[in-house]
Amino acid sequence: MLFGFEWDLSSPLAFAISIMPILLIGMWVTIQATVLGFFVALVLGLVFAVLKSAPSRFISWPATLITEFIRDTPLLVQLFFLYYVLPEYGIVLPAFMTGALALGIQYSAYTSEVYRAGLEAVAKDQHEAARALNLSAARTFTHIVVPQAIPRIVPAMGNYLVSIMKDVPVLSVVTVLEMLNVAKIVGDRTFSYLIPLSLVGGLYLIMTLVASAGVRLLDNWLPKQGIPLK
Amino acid sequence: MSDSIIKFDKVVKRFGDLTVLNELDFEVKRGEKVSIIGPSGSGKSTVLRILMTLEGIDGGVVSVNGEPLWHEQGPDGLKPASEAHLRKMRAQLGMVFQQFNLFPHMTVLRNITEAPVKVLGMSKKEARQRAEELLDLVGLADQSSKYPHQLSGGQQQRVGIARALAMRPSILLFDEPTSALDPELVGEVLTVIGRLAEEHDLTMLLVTHEMRFAREISDRVCFFDQGQIREEGTPEQLFTDPTEARTREFLQAVID
Repeated sequence: MLFGFEWDLSSPLAFAISIMPILLIGMWVTIQATVLGFFVALVLGLVFAVLKSAPSRFISWPATLITEFIRDTPLLVQLFFLYYVLPEYGIVLPAFMTGALALGIQYSAYTSEVYRAGLEAVAKDQHEAARALNLSAARTFTHIVVPQAIPRIVPAMGNYLVSIMKDVPVLSVVTVLEMLNVAKIVGDRTFSYLIPLSLVGGLYLIMTLVASAGVRLLDNWLPKQGIPLK
Repeated sequence: MSDSIIKFDKVVKRFGDLTVLNELDFEVKRGEKVSIIGPSGSGKSTVLRILMTLEGIDGGVVSVNGEPLWHEQGPDGLKPASEAHLRKMRAQLGMVFQQFNLFPHMTVLRNITEAPVKVLGMSKKEARQRAEELLDLVGLADQSSKYPHQLSGGQQQRVGIARALAMRPSILLFDEPTSALDPELVGEVLTVIGRLAEEHDLTMLLVTHEMRFAREISDRVCFFDQGQIREEGTPEQLFTDPTEARTREFLQAVID
């Protein structure tokens, strides 16, 4: 029994059906961790992108160093660091929060590059036109550059969303009961791993396909010239 | 000459090892229509880009309306201009780009009204009214709600002209305004520019390869070569009786 659901080992099909609600609870945790991690990656990545392109080297250098460090160390190391080291300094977060935060931090290093590339890809002539019209730097950024950068950023961000989703099982090592961890517990208790793990694979496939389709729809829906301003 | 609205005084511009403008002296009088012709790489566009403050200078002084453009008057002589000074000076100039450089995510109307509303502080209603007058002037009265990609190149460039005019510049710079256009669309843009030249007291500076057009609308034509004005004069003079061999060579090459 797990989460109040009994499994039925009378036949493979009955077993699969009986553990489905358990796996779906795990899947819900996976989705929550994905969404929270992605949100952190989007916000923190934008912060890093802005810092990295700051005119002062005293800002851009440390920011570049930090993102390189994050990118070149394994997610698991960062996760352990947050989970085991922070409490030594009195910062105790729930396992789920720690995990989502670790995912977000790891991926912020990647998303910051996506932002930077997207912002830099807006043609130089757009900056020149804005300058010739005497638009302020802030107005140029928010109303000329960003609306044109978004369609370039969205597809790459979508890929990272799917990657984050597939990295969520790493959180099982710090006791987060996401889908894979739940399936493993079911296997441990029933000595039957084939069906729970296969179901996890299938559910993952569905989730990533849905996410990819969503990103593609969004991408097709976005006008390539930039987001129209009303 | 005190009636010069534009004055280049021994202006030097380098890109790395390449000297694009070599101690250029150049003046334009208020209301004058001047065409700049010459081979590519001769520094023609650089003159406009320096005036529009898109490109800095490495020596000399550029003045607009008697005031230094890239410098400010400091306690001990001229010092490099601040962004605030550049903003103030820029307000007197407008530019029409070779690639139009319209904002692709804004309607034609928004392209024209964005800067007047945000920079000049015009009310939306007033900016809109003025934009519609300008669109009428360039022959695009019914296109205001379209996006740039729905227009032909010639129409886009005419929007570009209206957008520059909306800021009420006293100097309008045209950087090869028809070079990116299909041949059959060149005429409509030139017609608009020609009408502006005729009806307005704007000072106009035109970098172009359209020799016949330059001849029709200009008060003066300057032949640029290797970062200097090699020869200048009235269109009649320069096109029918150039004194310099280099000018003759160039004109022969482009006219044939």
